[in-house]
Amino acid sequence: MRWTRKDLLDLQSLSADEILAVLDTAREFKAVGERTIKKVPALRGKTVVNLFVEPSTRTRISFELAAQRLSADVINFTAEASSLRKGETLKDTARNLEALNADFIIIRHSAAGAPHFLARVLGAHVVNAGDGAHEHPTQGLLDVFTMREKKGRVAGLKVTVVGDILYSRVARSNVWALRRLGAEVTLCGPPTLVPPAFQRMGCRVTTDLRLAIADADVINLLRIQHERQRKTMFPSLGEYTSLFGISRARLREARPDVLIMHPGPINRGVEVDSDVADGGHSVILEQVTNGLAVRMAVLYLINGGESSGVAN
Amino acid sequence: MDAAAVRGAVERIAEAIRAGNPGGDQVVLVGIQTGGVQLARYLASELERAWGNPVPVGHLDVTMHRDDLDQRLAPRVHPTAILFDVTGKTVILVDDVLFSGRTTRAAMDALTDLGRPRRIQLAVLVDRGHRELPIEADFIGMTLATGPVDRVDVRLAASIEDSKVVLEKAASG
Repeated sequence: MRWTRKDLLDLQSLSADEILAVLDTAREFKAVGERTIKKVPALRGKTVVNLFVEPSTRTRISFELAAQRLSADVINFTAEASSLRKGETLKDTARNLEALNADFIIIRHSAAGAPHFLARVLGAHVVNAGDGAHEHPTQGLLDVFTMREKKGRVAGLKVTVVGDILYSRVARSNVWALRRLGAEVTLCGPPTLVPPAFQRMGCRVTTDLRLAIADADVINLLRIQHERQRKTMFPSLGEYTSLFGISRARLREARPDVLIMHPGPINRGVEVDSDVADGGHSVILEQVTNGLAVRMAVLYLINGGESSGVAN
Repeated sequence: MDAAAVRGAVERIAEAIRAGNPGGDQVVLVGIQTGGVQLARYLASELERAWGNPVPVGHLDVTMHRDDLDQRLAPRVHPTAILFDVTGKTVILVDDVLFSGRTTRAAMDALTDLGRPRRIQLAVLVDRGHRELPIEADFIGMTLATGPVDRVDVRLAASIEDSKVVLEKAASG
């Protein structure tokens, strides 16, 4: 399996082999991060632009460090400090970045499809770091990487995603990758946030948390995104927590070897209690470490050019 | 080059390594992924028999240190596993074929990211010429006259008796 894509825009269009190529590559980049010298020259001389039109700290920092560990130069470009505030279009902003000979553009944008648009109009490599409620492919990849590392496989795993599915690009990217690799996915949350339409993506949909976690190998908890909800989708945070929050008592109804995952940032006491988030089932901080390795792998793979030459 | 010829070449390399490193107590072998890994194992067993002590063997992937990564599809990255400290050691890099020398250059960079060997030497089964960098091997199993686009196919099996080297001449014209 050779990686031939110029960009990483979504997981929906990736084959199982392509997803596995990223995961296998990420495993070796994770090993680099465990060495005294955590840096390799794979992207030496390349310029990576973090174009974060929608605010983000952890994803931006993860991409920034990933690029630095590959020896690339990094520019950070955020909405607050940009000419986008002055009315410049996304296309003009991006063309200006390309005029600086940017080789990679990492884009986060509130509009679904913004990365796809950039990839069409620019020669630079484009990576989607989250577009609206559409996809967050590197988060989906790091989640699947973590599950595979901990459980030794993805096919046949029972994965339950709990929370704000409707507004969640993380949920969508998880579903695409997990279904492609043969996992069984259950989506659980209030009916307003888990539309039955997700059954068409091959998922089981339920509002009953007890049912959703009973036989789960993995419980992936999503953050309740106050900022993305245009109107209140459930009566109160307290009611959400009582029905869908994971407490230690609730966790006893799950399998003893269940993994607790969360893309962060955590609302402690809302979707997960502190003693669960910090407990033995939690791999939340390992997800952060793995995210770095996955992003290095993605940048490494899309950097590849045309095939040529003789082996040896 | 049949199994017997491979065996002869491996024995020649091991003999030369012993001559260059009397006692061998500071010698470690590092096979370059993927072709050098099995050759390093052959050499280690030869050297262990002669020296009477274990010879540490690791393997090194040089992909992340290559100089042509944006000119080709991203090569598959293989594991690096060097479970000993290379600092202060005589590290013998082992590869199946020495060609342009670029892999060796990348290997030296990758290795020095892991520590500071006292010295680095290079052992190859086949030197096929056409160097693009000022790099030579210290220990050579055999030299092959090749054209620049010929293929040297080295197949090293778990048992040396199943191994062989085939030179595939490029179609002329």
